[in-house]
Amino acid sequence: MASPSPKSPEQSERTRKYDRQLRLWGDHGQAALEGAHVCLINATGLGTEILKSLVLPGIGAFTIIDSKKISDDDIGANFFLDSESVGKSRAEIATQVLLELNSDVRGDYVDEGPEQILSNSPDFFNNFTVVITTALPEKSLIRLSKILWDLDIPLIVCRSLGFIAYMRVQTREHTVIETHPDNETPDLRLDNPFETLKNHFDSINLDELDLKDHTHVPYVVILYKYLEKWISENGDVPKNYKEKQQLRDMIRSGIRKDEHNNPIDEENFEEAIKAVNTSVGRYEVPPSVMEVLNDDCCINLTAKSKPFWIIAKAVKDFMENDGSNSLPLKGAVPDMTADTEKYISLQQVYHKQAAADAEAVWRRTVHLLRQIGRPSDAITEKDVKLFCRHASNIYIQRGSCIADEYDPKTVDASEMTQSLENPESMMVYYVVLRGIEKFQVEYNSYPGEFDDHVEPDIVKLKACISKLLMEWGCGPLAKDDYVHEFCRYGGSELHSVSAFLGGLAAQETIKFITNQCKPIHNTFIYDAVTSNSASFFI
Amino acid sequence: MGSDYAHRKWCHLRKVLERSGPFCRPDFEPSPNTLQFLSENCKLLVIGAGGLGCELLKDLALMGFGQIHLIDMDTIELSNLNRQFLFRQKDIGASKAEIAAKFINTRIPGCHVIPHFCKIQDKDEAFYRQFHIVISGLDSIVARRWINGMLISLLNYEDGELDQSSVIPMIDGGTEGFKGNARVILPGLTACIECTLDLYPPQVTYPLCTIANTPRLPEHCIEYVKVMQWPKENPFDCPIDGDDPQHINWIYEKSNERAVQFSIQGLTYRLVQGVVKNIIPAVASTNAVIAASCSTEVFKLATSCCSSLNNYMVLNDLDGIYTYTYEAEKKEDCLACSQIPREIQISNSTLKLKDLLAILCERVDLQMKNPGITANVNGKNKTLYMQTVASIEEKTRENLNRSLVELGLRNGSEIMVADSTTPNTVVMKLKFSTSTTDIDML
Repeated sequence: MASPSPKSPEQSERTRKYDRQLRLWGDHGQAALEGAHVCLINATGLGTEILKSLVLPGIGAFTIIDSKKISDDDIGANFFLDSESVGKSRAEIATQVLLELNSDVRGDYVDEGPEQILSNSPDFFNNFTVVITTALPEKSLIRLSKILWDLDIPLIVCRSLGFIAYMRVQTREHTVIETHPDNETPDLRLDNPFETLKNHFDSINLDELDLKDHTHVPYVVILYKYLEKWISENGDVPKNYKEKQQLRDMIRSGIRKDEHNNPIDEENFEEAIKAVNTSVGRYEVPPSVMEVLNDDCCINLTAKSKPFWIIAKAVKDFMENDGSNSLPLKGAVPDMTADTEKYISLQQVYHKQAAADAEAVWRRTVHLLRQIGRPSDAITEKDVKLFCRHASNIYIQRGSCIADEYDPKTVDASEMTQSLENPESMMVYYVVLRGIEKFQVEYNSYPGEFDDHVEPDIVKLKACISKLLMEWGCGPLAKDDYVHEFCRYGGSELHSVSAFLGGLAAQETIKFITNQCKPIHNTFIYDAVTSNSASFFI
Repeated sequence: MGSDYAHRKWCHLRKVLERSGPFCRPDFEPSPNTLQFLSENCKLLVIGAGGLGCELLKDLALMGFGQIHLIDMDTIELSNLNRQFLFRQKDIGASKAEIAAKFINTRIPGCHVIPHFCKIQDKDEAFYRQFHIVISGLDSIVARRWINGMLISLLNYEDGELDQSSVIPMIDGGTEGFKGNARVILPGLTACIECTLDLYPPQVTYPLCTIANTPRLPEHCIEYVKVMQWPKENPFDCPIDGDDPQHINWIYEKSNERAVQFSIQGLTYRLVQGVVKNIIPAVASTNAVIAASCSTEVFKLATSCCSSLNNYMVLNDLDGIYTYTYEAEKKEDCLACSQIPREIQISNSTLKLKDLLAILCERVDLQMKNPGITANVNGKNKTLYMQTVASIEEKTRENLNRSLVELGLRNGSEIMVADSTTPNTVVMKLKFSTSTTDIDML
């Protein structure tokens, strides 16, 4: 019986305003964003650019920490300060002007320097979702990084200097369920179909179908039929190019012929032939997922385990007990040439099994929650379903503490040393930027900041870099070009370079908040001279 | 504001403009005059005041540019506000170009943005010729192709040599979700929009027989209502307006009925809107990144302070941050920027004019929208078909079912094609395959 058509849902103003991004991260991503509170240290041009791309999509709240008074040169690099406000608190004006962008967002500021806050009230940072810094001096950065590492709050460190931009993320452990992979292979299980799927396949006999039905059988059915035949003849699935080619030829021979014995146009068979490459292998849990499932955090749950690990353990238990060593079924079938009835009935088979698998994982989750003494509503069935749907793409990232990078005793310089051997490597920018931080500690200015000091600063900056390289056990830089170039910049901030990194840093922040997509791991460098970028793990 | 203030305000830009460095272009001369050139003499045109356009204006104004024209035919909608940050709730319904210009002129004294609330096609060659650099932040491929064609038509050739002073560089940005690209085009010198047309995937379309007979996806149900049911029932006595909630509601309810009838799951209001309006997801961050990259390239071109991007950069920040730059290649027989007429292979002498039109629309390297064809037949210019003018369409309609040969076209015939994707007519040469020619001679 056809149910009466529902009336169109009332669309809230909020839904309409955020429509274009809700299509990217969904209502649950938006809810996470609206519940987040980010902290920005230093409202430089770069800093306000980052916040702009967080305020616009509707972050819950932000707090700006900045003790500076607005100067003339701030006006030239920062869109969110107006020319009338020279001399006023940079934190206050930036907060005010940014809040004009979106009335859904709350914002406040502290017009003290990060040094004071770190000394007087280190607890200040306890409740932020993410902390972002720009132009933060080395000493404060090291202290802040330790505090946030202990609190397990992501820290994003950004710098924009002349044509170069740098970003470093620090996070202890970041888990992602929705990685949004660009190409997903369908989860079809043709090599070892579950019972209802096998029954469905067995109920179809290709040879008995009339021509119309034959051209409208979903390719998944065709592929299964020929794969089954292949396996019965060869004992295993086709493994190499040659065998796959033979399977393709077998499928091609099944295409019906017209009265002149020419093969007729059967798109579903062509689709089956195309799918041989991706869909006939032995089912395998992706190694990256196995790594997550075999992680200590997954195996040894405690009362404090994150929901991610509890569900992961439930999935592992499911695999080992009811799932014949397979992940819960994804349940999605791609579109393919078929008539409605055949397609929908196939889709239903996959869909129902996926629901049953998720149900089983959910029961195991509840069981685990009870075992570790947590309330059974600590994880919802919806969370489990989401996890199961994306189980083959789950991801974990473990980071390193920035403070360790600055301590000669703990630094792991292997990545630096290795990268620097390649003269094209953008690692050289990291080295020079670190040298500049050292320079700032020693001389309290940027190299090249003053017109009459450029030449002597080149020498001093070179010395800072040499010292650093020696600490790491690296040889000297091959060329002085980069040192000259950074002294030319003299600490200047070019707006378009800041805007570039600003957009990216905002997106990394959103990744941490929504737990969607993989963040950088863990250092990013952009060179606007060549329009190239690179990522390193340090 | 004294010059002293301007001097301090621009101290960031002055460092890279008044000092030389090892990565500068060889012809770069450090000088205080460059900044003055940017603010007083360098005339820019920004096309589009949307997600990219708002960012571009901000970036260019803060990179020292003071003379900017802005053109956009659209008005502000609620769904713009999650990224088009020069607009507020109270501006909904107003011209994007006008509001954006006013905002920048107020926020950044010394920057003069002149708005043009119109289509790019409303402006002529004289208008476009006044600019040093054109920056496009468009979501429409047709508009991109049109401005590309316009800039190419401004090129001067003397004895086959391109007059370099007639080249107006075009910086083009595009975004979709978490992906984007930025590119530098020197018309006549480097790959233009038409040279790389195959980079734009043709829009997803569903075969009519699928949506009518074998729907499987909620999208098929929506398309059915859109292309079959709406014209038949004509519920509001007008074509579909994707911005009219009543229209969307009607389509939602009808497609939902169809989905229920076929047991198709997953039909949502959001999906209906997306399919009907062909919505491209968009977020502030990607627009910020791509516009920034474009603005850096404008700055490099205008100041010669370093070499330009050569010539295409793609961005994807779904998995970490991925960027890739490469040199898109100029096409020897590009429809727009080469002097050589494109050859169209005709494999069958019975090919009808309507089939030729279909080829012009469907081929990935042509992708025309509403081509009109004239040709020189027996020494006379004859319009064979013209869709865009109703009276001519009526007179030439009967030609559609005639074969090319019947219309007087032969191997080597040149046809002039007009289309909304280009401001100029494009010359193409028909090449009948040998076997066809043989049959002709029989």
